[in-house]
Amino acid sequence: MPQFSRPTSLDDALSALRDSPWLVLAGATDVYPAAANRTAWGEPGLMHPAAAPVMDISGLPELQGIYQVDGAHEIGALVTWTELIQAQLPPWFDCLRLAAKEVGGHQIQNRGTIAGNLCNASPAADGVPALLALDARLRLRSRSAQREVPLTGFITGNRRTALQPDELVTTIIVPHPPPASRSAFLKLGARRYLVISIAMAALCVQVQEGLIEDIRIAVGACSEVAVRLRALEAWLRGSEAGAAAGLVGPDDFTELRAIDDVRASAAYRVEAAQQLVRRLLTSPVMR
Amino acid sequence: MQAERHELTVNGKRAAVWAPPMTRLSEVLREHLALKGTKVGCDAGDCGACTVLLDGKQVCACLVPLAQAAGRAVATVEGLADNPATARLQSAFEHYGAAQCGICTPGMLMAAATLMERQVPPSEAEVADTLGGVLCRCTGYRKIMAAVLHAAGGSATDSVQHDGAALVGQRVAAIDGNAKVTGTAVFGADAIPGEALRLRVVRSPHQHAEFTLGDCTALYQRFPGLALVMTAEHIPHNGFGVYPDLKDQPVLAPGIVRYRGEAVLALVGDAQTLDSLCDDDLPITWAVLPAIDDTGAALSAPPINPSQTHNVLTHGKVYRGHLPAPDNPGMIQVEGEFETGFVEHAYIEPEAGYARPLEDGRLEVSVCTQTPHMDRDEVALILDLPAQRVRVRPPACGGGFGGKLDQSVQPLVAAAAWRLGKPVACVYSRIESMAATTKRHPAMMQARAWADSAGTLRAFEFDGVFNTGAYASWGPTVAGRVPVHCMGPYRVPNVRAQARAVFTHGPPSGAFRGFGVPQAAIAHETLMDELAGRSGLDPLEFRRRNALRIGDVTATGQRLSASAGLPQCLDVLRPHWHALRQAAAAHNRAGEGTTSRHGVGIGCMWYGCGNTSMSNPSSMRVTLARSGEVTFYNGAQDIGQGSTTVLTQIMAEAIGIPLPSITVVGADTDLTLDAGKTSASRQTYVSGRAAQLAGEQLRAQLLHRANVGPRARIELAGSTVRFVEDGRAHTIALADLPSIPGEEGSADVVLVGEGTFDPPTQALDENGQGEPYGTYGFAAQIASVEVDIELGTVRVTRIVAAHDVGAAVNPMLVEGQIEGGIAQGIGLALTEEFIPGRTENLHDYLVPTIGDVPPITSLLIESPEPTGPYGAKGIGEPALVPTAPAILNAVFHATGVRFRKVPLLPHRLLAGLKGRR
Repeated sequence: MPQFSRPTSLDDALSALRDSPWLVLAGATDVYPAAANRTAWGEPGLMHPAAAPVMDISGLPELQGIYQVDGAHEIGALVTWTELIQAQLPPWFDCLRLAAKEVGGHQIQNRGTIAGNLCNASPAADGVPALLALDARLRLRSRSAQREVPLTGFITGNRRTALQPDELVTTIIVPHPPPASRSAFLKLGARRYLVISIAMAALCVQVQEGLIEDIRIAVGACSEVAVRLRALEAWLRGSEAGAAAGLVGPDDFTELRAIDDVRASAAYRVEAAQQLVRRLLTSPVMR
Repeated sequence: MQAERHELTVNGKRAAVWAPPMTRLSEVLREHLALKGTKVGCDAGDCGACTVLLDGKQVCACLVPLAQAAGRAVATVEGLADNPATARLQSAFEHYGAAQCGICTPGMLMAAATLMERQVPPSEAEVADTLGGVLCRCTGYRKIMAAVLHAAGGSATDSVQHDGAALVGQRVAAIDGNAKVTGTAVFGADAIPGEALRLRVVRSPHQHAEFTLGDCTALYQRFPGLALVMTAEHIPHNGFGVYPDLKDQPVLAPGIVRYRGEAVLALVGDAQTLDSLCDDDLPITWAVLPAIDDTGAALSAPPINPSQTHNVLTHGKVYRGHLPAPDNPGMIQVEGEFETGFVEHAYIEPEAGYARPLEDGRLEVSVCTQTPHMDRDEVALILDLPAQRVRVRPPACGGGFGGKLDQSVQPLVAAAAWRLGKPVACVYSRIESMAATTKRHPAMMQARAWADSAGTLRAFEFDGVFNTGAYASWGPTVAGRVPVHCMGPYRVPNVRAQARAVFTHGPPSGAFRGFGVPQAAIAHETLMDELAGRSGLDPLEFRRRNALRIGDVTATGQRLSASAGLPQCLDVLRPHWHALRQAAAAHNRAGEGTTSRHGVGIGCMWYGCGNTSMSNPSSMRVTLARSGEVTFYNGAQDIGQGSTTVLTQIMAEAIGIPLPSITVVGADTDLTLDAGKTSASRQTYVSGRAAQLAGEQLRAQLLHRANVGPRARIELAGSTVRFVEDGRAHTIALADLPSIPGEEGSADVVLVGEGTFDPPTQALDENGQGEPYGTYGFAAQIASVEVDIELGTVRVTRIVAAHDVGAAVNPMLVEGQIEGGIAQGIGLALTEEFIPGRTENLHDYLVPTIGDVPPITSLLIESPEPTGPYGAKGIGEPALVPTAPAILNAVFHATGVRFRKVPLLPHRLLAGLKGRR
């Protein structure tokens, strides 16, 4: 029978991870569906004797809570979507808050963690575009070391991350954007609730006296890994906020490398991404 | 993973559970604590059926490890009645018709319970946000919304209204509603005997392949808990199918599989053994063969199904008159090619149940179903037993929609239980249910329609190819029903219609609410819109002009002598139509240059109730005991639509006693007569008439004994029956009546009423001429949509539905059918596309959520059907048929582009708009 561990301190968890590999779970909202998928076709489930040992990190006090530190907010790895929605946070968190409200139903929002969403690294992970637009970094810890990686370097492919087998994500660090920055988020799916995104876009922007001082734009669910549109950001920086949407063209989305699947064609995704970005650029946060 | 002791609080009581820490909370509740009110629909957080509260917050119990529930408070449906606020919620669900099949009800209630402590009543949007994580496939959510708003102190309309007698025509709450809102209704997975062995089906990951199974001796040695590796060789008669002459689908594949998900073999043993035994442990060798997906390719390919000599299973046709000569200058001609895909029933209850040997040497089968008597006959055939040696006692059915008309779990558990002499149970996983069971037929349809310059329909031509998958299932029904209906509910003097059901290596296409008619309606209603446009008529008025009405002759030559209320449906829609069209035009004028376009479309339908040109009788029985107890033996399987309530209302009306004085015995092949299948919109019409006849027979006997006239009022008072006629009372003492001999186990039965009804039909001749149905349902629906012309998304904002139901036995349940059918129509039009291997779960296959079904107005037309009970006819399938075409026509109204392929996913819509630019 596979082993199960529910450590009560981060050090204990990291020690165990140093010694052998574990399947780590917190909200378990991805682990069980994946198991259901396997067992439906006769593959080993979580109870199979040869299944990976499971480490449940949901009891680690060190990974709880959202804290403001110098120049940043730190979101503990166990913070759920609901906790984020209910937290008192500055206006630039709106993009992440809006994304949180679009995750599954309340059942998933109450259980799923933001860090788990990043570690699961689905191309359609709802939290990724907003956190990319917020320039988020992740703090990773192993028993012997701690490192910080930008989110852009953390997710390396479809369900692949830079997380090492002996590491845990402990914290999502959201640096304070320039003063008076605001953010927004749009998700496109084929039904109202419980929907895997076809395309998403997030924007964090600082507008001063009608001019775009700082801008970050990210697009998700369109490519294997959600991307920041840095060329477009550079192009828009310094331009008039009210005219920004008109400056967006198809060529700004070549970085996307859009995917084709049952939800939409690649060509559609490029089109939809453009539309979502234009809409963000005409939204009230630009004023 | 070792079992450990965990303590948790469930509904306020401490509970200790000895189980592995990763055990799903749903399993803990159901299997360890025997709280079966929490239902399992997907084990993946996609359906919300298992929603419970963990420390007061909604969670999917299937996604919570026992270790994380330990030390915390869990609230389930079983605890709702203890709190006045949540008890009020349960009562509202019952009295608003918010529970149909009841399988999603516990999850819905738990989600809604989080709104009950609020100071300020929730808005409709807040209710939707809160219930957005629970899928319902029956109700269309509107009555759930109304119930929650009412219970939470907001406003809501319509609810139960009746005078206590609850006779025909009254809004009576479902008589099984309390069991559903309390979580005590017993579904397929809920009654499995504790000692039952488990059965897991090994399914083909390949579409078309041969396989060999090696020696299993080593497997039995390695897994001592493995009782049986059941293969095709263990099945006495390895073929089933809904037609007597087409038993072509093997219970277990005999060395060759023809679709992905086909049953290869079955492993029977204890649950722990089955958890440990993977397909890789089995000595199976596969040889993959090329597969045919496309019906076009199949037409010229060697036979896919070994029972056939070619790949056309059936060819149905209706020929009448002559089509116009090409380029006839007096005619307006429109045409198009239309395409639909596989659609999955997605009932929230996956197939489940058990079989067990009985002490009297017979076999009992208890599996969720729409067809108890056919299950009995199929199981008997498979086991080579006389039908009397099988007893089918179905549990409550958690949704069917046609998908539980075919054999699934039944023959597997029956064969294993029979062979092993022990109870054997099987519960399909969601993915298994989706991969293995039947689908709506994908259709490729070419259609052409002609009208004269005055806008009168002159001719219709239709050629439909329906992908019936690897096995026959209900393919012949679809191919037979479509040509009759494919020109729509209109007077068309000249018709050339054919439909073929064609084999492919796809999942078997079977019965799904409408048997091909919803697909065909997309074609005819698009063409009607185009003809209206070309002849300069309003789309509603064009349909009104051509609508079938009493006295008209259909394309099969059947004269409609009664009950054809489409003109009235269109008349009641007219004011809504004009108001909505004007509002859309105003929006579009005001929003010139924006991305939002509104449109309003209409769709009409007709649907023959009962089987096409085939005998499909129902028999019903009612007894009066010496004690005065009236027992209604009702063999019609209620699948959530409410037939038990409707039929009991009819029975009460026929006898002339209040509904609460009748005890109902549900479908049981030992106790109830054959009421046929719950399909083809036939239970209200066919079984309802049988119930009426049975009730009237009982009443007639009572009146005769009392020697009173037909209008006497009957009052039951224990063992005395009182008759009131012209102000005078008579009584008879039931003690004085002789017992009926041969009434097994009920020696005190003194009177019996029985009724049988078989709708009057005639076979169709070689040109499809004849009288295929006893009556037809008619309807027209209006859909309003908002199209985002830059993203290609469609939001349905309003539906107004007018249905001729003959007579509404229970208007609340009729509305429930209409709303639920509309929700499925929205899915067919916009989101639902089953692709084997790609959308085999409820997060890739998208059924509408509570946020996708708009406000619905139902307008009931009662053009009475003389052969139906008190004038009634069917509503189950008619509800769904016009919705998708109404939406497509609304999209055209909004965008000016015709779409002929569904689902109209955003990328398809946008590609269509760009094609026009």
